[in-house]
Amino acid sequence: MTAGANRTAKPARTGLLARLRGSRLLRSRSATVGLAILIFWLVVAIGAPWIAPYDPTAIDFAASADPSPSAAHWLGTDVLGRDLLSRIIFGARTTFLVIPLSVFSAFLVGAVAGMAGAWYGGWTDTILARAGDVMLAFPALVLYIILITTFGPSLWNIVIAVTLTYAPGVARLMRGQVLAVKGLEYVLAARAAGESPIYIMAAEILPNVGTPLIVDLCLRTGYAVILVGTLGFLGLGLPPPTPDWGGMVVEGVNLMTIYPHIALLPAAAVTSVVVACNLLADGFRETAR
Amino acid sequence: MARIVLNRLGQFAVILLIASFLLFAVTEFSPGNVASKILGPYALESQVRALSDRLGLDDPLLIRYLRWLGMLVGLVPNELGGPATGLGLSDPRGAQYFGNFGFSLMQGRPILDVLADRFGHTVTLTVWAIGLTVPISLCLGVLAGMTQGSLLDRIISVATVSLTSLPEFVVAVLLIFVFAASLGWLPGTSPLDPGDRWSVASQLVLPVAVLVIASSAYVTRIVRSSVVDTLAQPFVRTARLKGLAPMRVALLHVLRNAMIAPVTVILLQINWILTGVVVVEAIFAYPGIGRLMLEAALFGDIYLIQALTLIALSVAVTTQFLGDLAYVLLDPRIRVA
Repeated sequence: MTAGANRTAKPARTGLLARLRGSRLLRSRSATVGLAILIFWLVVAIGAPWIAPYDPTAIDFAASADPSPSAAHWLGTDVLGRDLLSRIIFGARTTFLVIPLSVFSAFLVGAVAGMAGAWYGGWTDTILARAGDVMLAFPALVLYIILITTFGPSLWNIVIAVTLTYAPGVARLMRGQVLAVKGLEYVLAARAAGESPIYIMAAEILPNVGTPLIVDLCLRTGYAVILVGTLGFLGLGLPPPTPDWGGMVVEGVNLMTIYPHIALLPAAAVTSVVVACNLLADGFRETAR
Repeated sequence: MARIVLNRLGQFAVILLIASFLLFAVTEFSPGNVASKILGPYALESQVRALSDRLGLDDPLLIRYLRWLGMLVGLVPNELGGPATGLGLSDPRGAQYFGNFGFSLMQGRPILDVLADRFGHTVTLTVWAIGLTVPISLCLGVLAGMTQGSLLDRIISVATVSLTSLPEFVVAVLLIFVFAASLGWLPGTSPLDPGDRWSVASQLVLPVAVLVIASSAYVTRIVRSSVVDTLAQPFVRTARLKGLAPMRVALLHVLRNAMIAPVTVILLQINWILTGVVVVEAIFAYPGIGRLMLEAALFGDIYLIQALTLIALSVAVTTQFLGDLAYVLLDPRIRVA
């Protein structure tokens, strides 16, 4: 009985799955293009060992004399004679490993903190908000530099740096959303029915505050791609043999006059992922209206 | 009013204090690490021990943090200098003075001297970048917002949205490709060496351009949406219905109110520009503190990293404070409350 009443009092579900399943999202052109680009790279990342024509670390001495695109190497090679196409394909793996991990962890921490702050209020809220203020004082790059001074560059330090810099923003957004629906009938009904706070937040509140959160997720994923690319570019990313788009760009910068493709192609790859994330965010924003 | 300001000031001072403690705690996480970083990879176990004892690296973290702060403000002497440690580090100012960040291990000099060489260059870069970003994005944003839906607005909007998708290192690579590699109009590196065949002014163009392009796109968008929001407010309609000249409405009623949100964003953008500065300085081999931070990170120059990240933190916290303050000062509703 209570469950039935709950369901009717609730506004239409706007969760991630419902949106993806429904065709509303795909009716937005920007979302379709964004999604297509992301799926393309995801397939490339997963299938990298089968798609890539060469081993990304294999050195072709003959080709290194002239790294321009040729029949053997469609996109040419880098200075060391490593096939650029294969390196970009394997670079997608690095990106699609680091980015989802770090963004997911940032959203997990941020959403939990935001919900807890809004739900419990009082001291919990104050302490969480202040902790967030302190973390917001650290620019992402500075935080990462501090971390690698002691712990050295690694995948997990990138994840920690992204989590710590993005979680406060996510928490603020989540907190505002939860405060807005906290007093609505369906939440009160669930409380009256004796549901636990964790159940209410996960099953009742989260699906209803989804849209702004998903838009934010897409935008932050884009920022994370930029940040991780930048770390690679600065030589602070994952250790060298791992193909990494940002790192590939910097290897090509000095040869810009003669062989611009070495720097421009991986730069285009990074940009395409960022553009895709921003297009997807626009799409979610449109369908939310 | 004064109470609000003092209250915020106190809050931000506490934030800076906690943040600096975190910074210290992470960089000096393990004491053995600090001593071996100073002595290098070939130091003997006994040497590491002796240095740890001398510097008091085995003391509790809080004590070491207070000592570090004390050294910074000139209350506690720096034990690392002088002949006793045998590292050949010496500071003409003595061991105890205000602004004592310790020694750069990479350069074997007092950090204050290292900073003095580089700081001015970064100030030049950021002043130019901010000085150009603000008027450009205000003009474009107001133009686009005022003519919402027009061709001009659409061109500006599409351009700014695409530019915010470009990482600044990609912007830099593209600019180098076009203006340095292909056209040869400008230098691709900016070592600011006076003997270079390019003048110092021409060396500044591309680094400044990267920062301006990357940050003005974002600020323009904020200004535009703020103008659009303000135009939809009832008081603008009232002003129009009252028969005020459109120019008067635009300047007196819309702009004043539309500037509240962007001022905060612009101040926060300064913080962003500082991150961008690291990237730009690295690409163009520009001798500023951004590249210094990168060099220090790659070298493991622990004291230099502490000094530079503390400066970055202070700038970040100060701009956040100013942004907050501007928000309070500009919006009468908050000011009264």
